[in-house]
Amino acid sequence: MKIAVCVKRVPDTESRIKIAGDGKSIDEAGVKFVLNPYDEFAVEAALQLKEQHGGEVVVVALGTDASQETVRTALAMGADRGVLLKSNASSLDSLGAARLLAAELEAGEYDLLLFGKLAIDDYNHAVGPMVATLLNLPCVSSIAHLEISGASGTAEREIEGGVEVVEFSLPAVLTTDKGLNEPRYPALRGIMMAKKKPLEVKEVTVEPGGLEIIELSVPAERTGGRIVGEGPDAVPALIEALRNEAKVI
Amino acid sequence: MGAVLVVLEQRDGMLKRVSLEALAAGRVVADAEGSEVHALLMGPPGVSTEALGRHGADKVLAAATPDLALYQPDAFATIAANQVSTGNYDIIVLGATAMGRDLAPRIAAKLGAPLAPDVTSLTANDELVVTRPVYSGKAVFTLRVVKRPCVISVRPNVFSPTDAAKPGAVEGISADGVVAARATTVKVKEPEKAVLDVAEASIVVSGGRGLKGPENFHLIEELAEVLGGAPGASRAVVDAGWRPHSEQVGQTGKTVSPSLYVAVGISGAIQHLAGMRTSKVIVAINKDKDAPIFKLADYGIVGDLFEIVPRLIAELQKIRGN
Repeated sequence: MKIAVCVKRVPDTESRIKIAGDGKSIDEAGVKFVLNPYDEFAVEAALQLKEQHGGEVVVVALGTDASQETVRTALAMGADRGVLLKSNASSLDSLGAARLLAAELEAGEYDLLLFGKLAIDDYNHAVGPMVATLLNLPCVSSIAHLEISGASGTAEREIEGGVEVVEFSLPAVLTTDKGLNEPRYPALRGIMMAKKKPLEVKEVTVEPGGLEIIELSVPAERTGGRIVGEGPDAVPALIEALRNEAKVI
Repeated sequence: MGAVLVVLEQRDGMLKRVSLEALAAGRVVADAEGSEVHALLMGPPGVSTEALGRHGADKVLAAATPDLALYQPDAFATIAANQVSTGNYDIIVLGATAMGRDLAPRIAAKLGAPLAPDVTSLTANDELVVTRPVYSGKAVFTLRVVKRPCVISVRPNVFSPTDAAKPGAVEGISADGVVAARATTVKVKEPEKAVLDVAEASIVVSGGRGLKGPENFHLIEELAEVLGGAPGASRAVVDAGWRPHSEQVGQTGKTVSPSLYVAVGISGAIQHLAGMRTSKVIVAINKDKDAPIFKLADYGIVGDLFEIVPRLIAELQKIRGN
C-alpha cells in the first residue's frame, strides 16, 4: 500500500499570537512551530496501515524551507521519505495549496492520500476535499474510525449529534480527526534515522488567491466582567444577572 | 450581479437552523447588490420549505429524491456546482457544519472558486468583505473577496435569521447526471438519547479538571439540561478519557459561539479560551480566583463547584417549575 500524508507546519496550540508589523500576518518571533496536531493522526494512520499491509509512507509538505523540520518530525515517527514543495511565501488560499499538492500527488500512484481534517492556523478544513475533487478521487473527511479491506474501506465521521458511516473505494482521500488513533512519539532511534531519510525539495510558486487580506487583528479583549460572589450563596446573584442584566436565560 | 445560492442542510427531513442563518447572510449580499437569494435544497421528498420564503429566499430550488436523504458528498457537490455553472451565481453560502465543512471545499474546487470558511461577519457595500477567526479565534482575518464566484461558509449561531419575507416559490431541479459515487454514506448512527451538539447549541456548559473525575460529570449534564443547553469539555478531560472528543471545546476541538457559555472547573488554558471567546455571555465557576478564565468571564463565582453547581441546578429548576 502506497500512502501519502500531507502535513503542515503550524504554531503550537499554546502560542500567543502577535500581529506582525505589516498588519496582515503573525509575528513569528518566539513562536514555537509544530507538526499540525490533526496531521499527527494522519501520519499515525498511515504507519499503522503500512504495518498491516506493507508498502511505503511518503510525507508531503507545502511551505517555506522551515517546513523541512516538520517533515523530519513525521519521518521520525516512521514515514519512509519526504517531499517539500518549497514556496517563498505562505498563502491562505486553500485552493492554491490544493492545486500544488494535487499536481505533486497525481502521478504518485498512491492508494491513499491522508490529511489532517484542518490546520490549526488557518482553520480552513479545505485542502483534503479540494485535492480529492481536483484528482477526481472519493473522499471522506474528519474520520474518527477507519477499516480498510482490499480495495475498499469504511470510515466514520462525527456529525452534529451522530456519526456518519461512509463506504468508499480505493484510491481515496481521507482527512483525520482526533479519536482515530493515538499518535506515537518519535523515539530517539527514529529521530536519528529520520536525519538520513530522503527529503526531496521542489520549488513551487504560490499564486495569490481570490481573497485579499485587508488585515489580521487580535480580537478585542472582553471587558466589564465581574465576580458576583463566593461560594453557593452567590448563586441567586448570578441567576439575577443572567436573567435581568444579560437576559440570556 | 449574479445571484446568491444558499445551500441548505436538512436532517431527517427537517431544515437545520443554520440554513436560515446562511439565508440571512446571503440576503445581506443580495440586498446590497440588487440580486436574489436562491435556496438550494438537496434531500428526500417532503422537506418543509415553508419557512424559507419567510426568512429571505426569493426562490427555492429542490433536488428531492430518497437517494439524497443522507449527505452524499459527490452528489451534493455535483448538483450544487452544476447549479452555479448553469445559473448566474456570484456567491455560494453554506453553514459551517460537519456537512458544510465537507461540501464547501468540494464545490469551490469544482468551480475554481476561492473559499472563505467559518465566516463570522459579512459586509457588502461597494465590495464584499468578510471576517473569519483564525488560530482558533486568537486572531481574526478581514478579507476582501476579489474573485467570483466565491464560496462562503458561516459559523453557526453568529447570523440571526432574517424576517425579510420573499416569495420563496419552490422549483424542482434535476438530481440526474450525478456520477456513480465512490464514497457513499450508508447510515447515520445516532445515540439512543438525542444530544444537542456543542457547536450548535445556544447554551453550552463545559466541565474541566475541577470536576475531579468522569463520575462527577452528571453535574455538567444536569446543569446543561436545566438550561436547555449542551455539555462541553476541556481538552484535559477529553485527553484523560473522561468525555468524548465530540464535546471538546478549544483549538483542537470545537469553536463555539453560544449566547451563554458556562465554564465549570476550567482554569482557562489559552487553547480553550480560543475556542469559546466569541460566546456572547461567559460565566465561570472556579475555586481559584486567579484562574485565567475569570479574565474573560462576564460573571464569575469563586468557590467549590461541588457546592455551587448543585445549588445552581436547584435554583434553576425552581424557576423552570414556575
